[in-house]
Formats: sequence, structure tokens, C-alpha cells
Amino acid sequence: MLGRGHKNKMAKHSVTTTINGDETEFNCDTHNTLMDVLRSELHMTGTKNGCGTGDCGACTVIMNGRSVNSCLVLGVEVDGAEIETVEGMAQGGTLHPLQQKFLDHAALQCGICTPGIITQAKAFLEKNPDPTETELRFGLAGNLCRCTGYDKIIRAVLDAAAEMRANK
Amino acid sequence: MSDNQKSGVVGGNYRWVGNNTRRPDGVDKVTGRARYGDDMVLPGMLHMRMLRSPHAHARILSIDTSDAEAMKGVKAVVTHKDVPDHPPAKPPFGPAVSDFHDLSRNIMAREKVLYDGHAVAAVAATTESIAKRAVRKIKVEYEILPHVLDPYEAAQAGAPILHEHQFTLGLEPKPKEPSNLFRTLGGEQGNLEQGFENSDLVIEREFSSQPVHQGYIEPLACVASSSEDGAVELWTSTQGHFVARTLLSRLLNLDMSKFRVTASEIGGGFGGKTTIYHEPAAILLSMKTGRPVRSVMTRGEVLRATGPTVGSVCRIKIGAKKDGTLVAADAEIWYQAGAFKGGPVARATDSFFSPYKIPNARTACHDVCVNRPKAAAYRAPGAPMATWAAEAVINELATEFGLDPVEMRLKNAVKEGDTSLMGTKHGRIGCIEVLEAAKNHPHYNAPLKKNQGRGFALGYWLHGGGLSSASANLLDDGTLTLALGTPDIGGSRSSMRAMAAEELGIDIELVKPAVVDTASLGYNHLTAGSRTTYATGMAVVNATREIIEKLCSLAAFKWEISVEEVRWDSGEALPADKYAGKLKPFSLKQLAKMAPGTVGPIAGHSEINAKGAGASFCAQISDIEIDPETGGTSPVRHTVILDAGRAISPDYVEGQMQGGAVQGIGWALNEEYIYDDNGRLLNTGFLDYRMPVASDVPMIDTLIVEVPNPKHPYGVRGVGEPPLVPAPAAVAIAVENAIGRRMGDLPMSPPKVLAAMDAQKLAAE
Repeated sequence: MLGRGHKNKMAKHSVTTTINGDETEFNCDTHNTLMDVLRSELHMTGTKNGCGTGDCGACTVIMNGRSVNSCLVLGVEVDGAEIETVEGMAQGGTLHPLQQKFLDHAALQCGICTPGIITQAKAFLEKNPDPTETELRFGLAGNLCRCTGYDKIIRAVLDAAAEMRANK
Repeated sequence: MSDNQKSGVVGGNYRWVGNNTRRPDGVDKVTGRARYGDDMVLPGMLHMRMLRSPHAHARILSIDTSDAEAMKGVKAVVTHKDVPDHPPAKPPFGPAVSDFHDLSRNIMAREKVLYDGHAVAAVAATTESIAKRAVRKIKVEYEILPHVLDPYEAAQAGAPILHEHQFTLGLEPKPKEPSNLFRTLGGEQGNLEQGFENSDLVIEREFSSQPVHQGYIEPLACVASSSEDGAVELWTSTQGHFVARTLLSRLLNLDMSKFRVTASEIGGGFGGKTTIYHEPAAILLSMKTGRPVRSVMTRGEVLRATGPTVGSVCRIKIGAKKDGTLVAADAEIWYQAGAFKGGPVARATDSFFSPYKIPNARTACHDVCVNRPKAAAYRAPGAPMATWAAEAVINELATEFGLDPVEMRLKNAVKEGDTSLMGTKHGRIGCIEVLEAAKNHPHYNAPLKKNQGRGFALGYWLHGGGLSSASANLLDDGTLTLALGTPDIGGSRSSMRAMAAEELGIDIELVKPAVVDTASLGYNHLTAGSRTTYATGMAVVNATREIIEKLCSLAAFKWEISVEEVRWDSGEALPADKYAGKLKPFSLKQLAKMAPGTVGPIAGHSEINAKGAGASFCAQISDIEIDPETGGTSPVRHTVILDAGRAISPDYVEGQMQGGAVQGIGWALNEEYIYDDNGRLLNTGFLDYRMPVASDVPMIDTLIVEVPNPKHPYGVRGVGEPPLVPAPAAVAIAVENAIGRRMGDLPMSPPKVLAAMDAQKLAAE
């Protein structure tokens, strides 16, 4: 589906979407991905670029409640959509439980995969709030981390899930 | 915070050192605020794309950039004509080879392209998509040449020659024909022939491995901005911005002081970001256009054109007595350096046999050029392949003799006072402590299930020390800033902060560390060689001790006593000797407040060449389950035991251990570079270059052994590299044990495992 502003093939498309609760308008070319738009147009660089081909998960965002690789979504496709990015997770100066547990469990080293993994974990836990370790490992299998060997990431997410269930 | 499993002899009761503290860069990283290479934007910035060779080996006959330059939005194009040429470096060469003739050709092909993905030209344009289209308009005429990919074949006479001016070093008389074999490094002691004769059993095997990429998730990215006055600012994702400055200044013939290089937050490196790739082209384009130029490599470019580690071919022969005493060992290995010399042969020579006392031993490690991207360091460069060969054969000897593999190693283990084959005299080391800890670990004797095998391997790594600078500034509210010059790749800011807070005796949250640019601090070598917490840590301790001296002087001045009569304890200046208890102590906060009105700003700095980092040992136990239908392999349990000297931040030491182990699992089971018959890389993305994902691996158990390093104020040994050294070995040995047959070729991917199982069934019938 093309954006509302679609007129001819050279013109930029005008797109209106909601990002982290804020109505946001941007212009993009047909070939611009959502990752391009977030990072280059909107300067929301919390969404990371690791491969551009949907293989690493560093650019994961939540679109209408479902996690997507933003490098595989076109900017024009998000017209009217609700987008959540890592920038929207901490609320009023308080970290999201996932963010806090990543710090508590030392679940990051270089940190480049961290926004994508936290975002993916949030979307995953919304569907499966009480996963087994194996379910969680498959839930995060689309997100590469080269530093940690995943151990502390898995512990952090399971611990965050327990806290989020307790606080419901 | 986790319960860290530790064993060891370390003493000392510290408030911060050895305790888990929140990393100072953590909040920025979990919120997406941290700025990496690709997150920098400058006004008026142009976008760079590179044209890369589609051929493995070809002569460049002509390059026509006119159509690209004529495009609207294209601001400049550079080729090798814009890169200063340098004569070939002359011997003698150290363990690491530095040759600007090679570097200038690796960053931009000159006479020939030497591998698929070799940079040929770079375009700067107003948008990325214009730059991409312009690259396709550059016309290059090539004369395709025969290519060679295998290091053993490349070293033989008659192989296609990459460099007509390269003659094998060290041969007498000097050879008449050029060769891809740059040099052979090694060592020898005792009498090999006699040693093998005196052995009860000699086992000889061959091994091979494929290049594997560091696989950092952040692609290389930089922004260069050159000014009309000749100044160059560079923002880049690097493991060493001071080293980048040196390389760029020498390569481009520009004064070093004109550069200001800032290291971005780094999204992984593992050795792969220890040199320069696209930075010179970005700088040259910025000079031509007068505008900032940004370059972000694609994942395909990273895999095709930046160094993986070397692939290898190895022959090894080890002889031992029935009681397990190692008598003789001989190893020869061919490393594919890639398009330019400089494979990690010096480290291979040191890795084969260093954990053991073997009276008769020899190593020969060949540095061979092939038509692949120039190899770069990868976490303990050169060590894992050599370690695998030696450890696999030692395990076989133990099996043949009916000995326990760890007991056999303990019988031969090196200790303080021993000298390695390569001449390293060991100080206090923890080889025996690591082996004992492995033997006593519940994993070691846990029962195995059907289709499972266990592998054990021991690894050795001699850490780096070297050049580091640090400065500390005490602010008048009693807080401290720490300026560091070694990029923080795995949590080093946490450790630096812990050491500074420990020295000063103040709350860790009062210390704010930062990695600063090259104009702001003395020289720092790379974050590499597992040297940062050791060497930079020492500089931080020195810098904070200088602050303590100054604070004691200030207290003495205020009390009107001599500085010898003041001591520092737990964040306070205390009167000592005859004044002890007679004057009211000054807190750090009080002194900091007094400083501006008295002695002026209080700072400490330290610039050092840290020596004697010493060695550490890492043992791993791997259980692998084989799927008999598919040959698929699953790591079901994995334990890492490491002598950390002292773990300043135990959670981050464990992180290094777990991450290294999983990289080793990938190396042993999945990862490899796959080329077609024309020498073109086929797997240029993470889908086909298959690194471990969360569902591939189990939890990784860790046991930190602490045998303190006497050369470091807190006993630190490096922890970055050792966890990878024995990891592929432990996993590969487990696979061979599971199927009951030798394989000897990494990665042990499902088709190879299936073929080995079929062969084993046939042999059994």
C-alpha cells in the first residue's frame, strides 16, 4: 500500500504515522525503508542498522503490535500504522523492566544489538508472558548478538518477564 | 546481579574491585541513546559508496570515472591515483607486519585487484542512492588472472603469484622466483628425532579450517570532515583511534597533529576493527569536496572486504610415554594471510605447545598470500586453530593410554619459572589451577546421553601490555572524570571506574569515565590483545594515585605539617605519625572544594608502556549431541574455566567467557567462507554466513579462577581472548567423540558429520 501523498514515481510520498504515541509526518522515496526513515529522516538512531537484509534483528521495531525488521518494511507501508521503537520504552525517566534487567544482569557488552533485542523481547512477552527458556530462545532467534553468547540476555528477559507478570 | 562462580587464591577485600557494578554506559545503550559509527550526522554531509572488484585476481587496465562524475549530485570520485604510493617495507619484520605499500593497495587497488570485494573507486554524492548509481557508471577494464584460495596450494611452486616483488624471506640463497609464501616463523628445541624414537606412541594428524569473520553486528562506519586549513576530523567505529591516526597520517602523508579522531561507541570488533578500510577514501573525498563525507559499509562489503581470520592447513605429530609424559611434538601450519602478508603466524607458533613442558619440540608457521580479503585479527589471532590440532592429538594419546585427559595434561603442565618454546619465561601462572578446577567441575564427569560426545581442551594466551594513557580530573564538588583513550568494547569503562573509585576510596557513582578523542590525551595502543583492563587500568591507577598525592599535599599545607605526615585512607586525608588522631581528617570532598582557592585544579595523568602482562589459561568442556538422521549438531552443555588473575567486574568477565565460547561453537560447527570456482564469495550475508543464534546454544557455565598477576596493582590478567582459544577445539573434539571417528576439518557442518557417520557405519560393518 502506498502513502496518501503518492502522485508520480519521482515525487516523495507524504506519510503520517504514530511513533511511540506521537503523530509523526515524514516524506520519503518509494524505496526508502522504515529503518532509513527512522534513522536518517527522523534521526531516531536508537533503531540500529546491522545488515539491511533482515538477518540480524538490530533494527527491530514494533508495528501494530507485531515485531518487524524495519529494514524490510518500506516507509510508505507505515502510513496510518502504530510504531514503537526503543526510544519509547522508558517512561518519564523510568526504564522499562526489560531495560532495567539488561543492566542488572550485565546482558550487554557492545550494545549494538541491545535495542533490537529489547524491542523484540517486549513484543514476544506480550504474546507469551511466561515463556520457557527454549520458547524464549526461539523467540529471540532472529536477533544476532556476537558478544554475549546469549546467556545473560536470556536470564535478563526471563527475570523481566517474571517482574512484569508480578506487576500486572 | 548473578552469583559468580569463582575459585582461586586471590586475596584482598575491596569495596568496588571484584564486585558487580552497573556499567556507566549501560543506560545509554538500553535506551538507544549511545552513538555508534553510523549514528553521526554532520551538516552538508555527502554519502560515499565504493566500487569493488567482482574478480578474485585481475590486472586493472583502465578506470573511467567520467560518466559517474558527470552525474547530477556526484561531487567527487577517487581511485588509487588519489592515494599516495609507498615503497614496499624492508626487512627485518617484527611479529606484526607493517607495510604501507600493502596498506595503500588494500584500501584502494592499484595495479591489480587481489580479491572479490577489493576496493577500486569511491564516489561521494549528495544522497546515498545517487552514490550507489554513480558507482555502477564507473567503467573498469580488467585482465582476469588465475587465482588461488588454498594456503598450501598457494605456497607451492607454479601457483598464481599475487605479488611479483615478494620473495620468501629467510631463504639462502635468495630465491629467483617470487612466492606467495612471505615467511615461516617457528621455534625448535631438543632433538625431535630422538624424542619421537623415545616415545611409546606417536600420533600424526592433519587438520584444516576455513576463514571465519569476527561478525561484529555494527558494520564499519565513519564520517570524515576535512577543512581548508588541512585539519581532518574523523568519527569512526574503531578499536584504536590513536592507531587509526598513525596509519592515516603515514598513509596520506599528512601531519599527525592535523588529525582529530574520535572513536564512536563500537558495535563489536573482536580484532576486526584494528586497522583502517574506508576511512582514507572518505578523507580524500572530503578533501576534494570540502564537505563532510560519511561511509557506512553494507554487510556484504564487510564480509567480502574486511579481514576474516585466516583459514589453515596443519600437520601435527606428538609423541608420549605410556605414563602420559609428552616427549616430542612437531607442528607445521599454513595460514592464508589473504591478499597481503601478515597472517598471525607469530601467535600460532606460541599456541601449539605452550601449556606443556615438551623437551623436544618444533613449530613452523607459514604466512601465505591468497586471493581472499586480507586477514585481520580475530580474538586470539592464530591461536584457536593451532590449539585445536595440539589438543585433539593430546586427547587421542590419553585415550590410547587409558589416561584421564586432564590428568595427562596436569602431568605436563607449565608452571612459574618454565620457559615456553618461543622463549617466554613464565611468572606466576594458573595452568595447574585451571586444570584442577576443570577436573573438579561437576560437568567433567557428568554422564552423557545417547548420540552425545564430550570434548575437553586447554588454551594458552600470552597477553599484550603496551602503550596507554589516562588522565583523571578532580572536580570541585568532589567528583572525578576519567579520560581514556582505549575504546570500550566489552565494559572496560566499568573496570576503570571501579579501580579509580577503589584507589580514591569514594563512591563509584562519583567517577565518570569517558573515551576521548586523539587531541585530548596521550597515545593509546589498540583495545586488543586483552590489554585494556591491564595496561589502561594501570594508567588509571597511576593517575588516581597522583591525585591522592596532591590531595595529601593540600592537607599537609592546611595542617601546616609535612606531606610525609599525611596518609590517605578510604577517601580521607588523615594526619599520621605524631599527629595521628590529633587533627580532624579532611574528606576528598572538602579538599576538592578547597583546591581552586589554594593549589588550583587537581588532576593526575599517566602515560605508560606496560610490560609483563603474562599468560593466562582457559579450559573448556563441551557436550555435543548429534542428530543421526541429519548430521546436525547441538551444543547441549558448555563450561568455561578461566584464570582472570582478578576479575574486576565478574559479570563482565563471565560475559567475555560466554561470548568467546559461543564464537568458538560457531567456528567449529557452522561458520565458513564459501567461494565459487571464480573466487567470488557466495555467502555475503548473515543468512548464509551462519553465526550462532539464541536457539542454537545452551546456557554457558563459567568458573572464574583467580591466580593474581603480580605485575598488576589488582592482579588483572586479560580476559578477552582466552575464552575463544580452546573453544573450537573442545567442540570439535566433542563431535569426533560423539561419532567415534576423526574428521579434522572445520566447520563440522551437517553434511560433513553425516558423511563421517556413514563412513563410520561402513567401517563397523
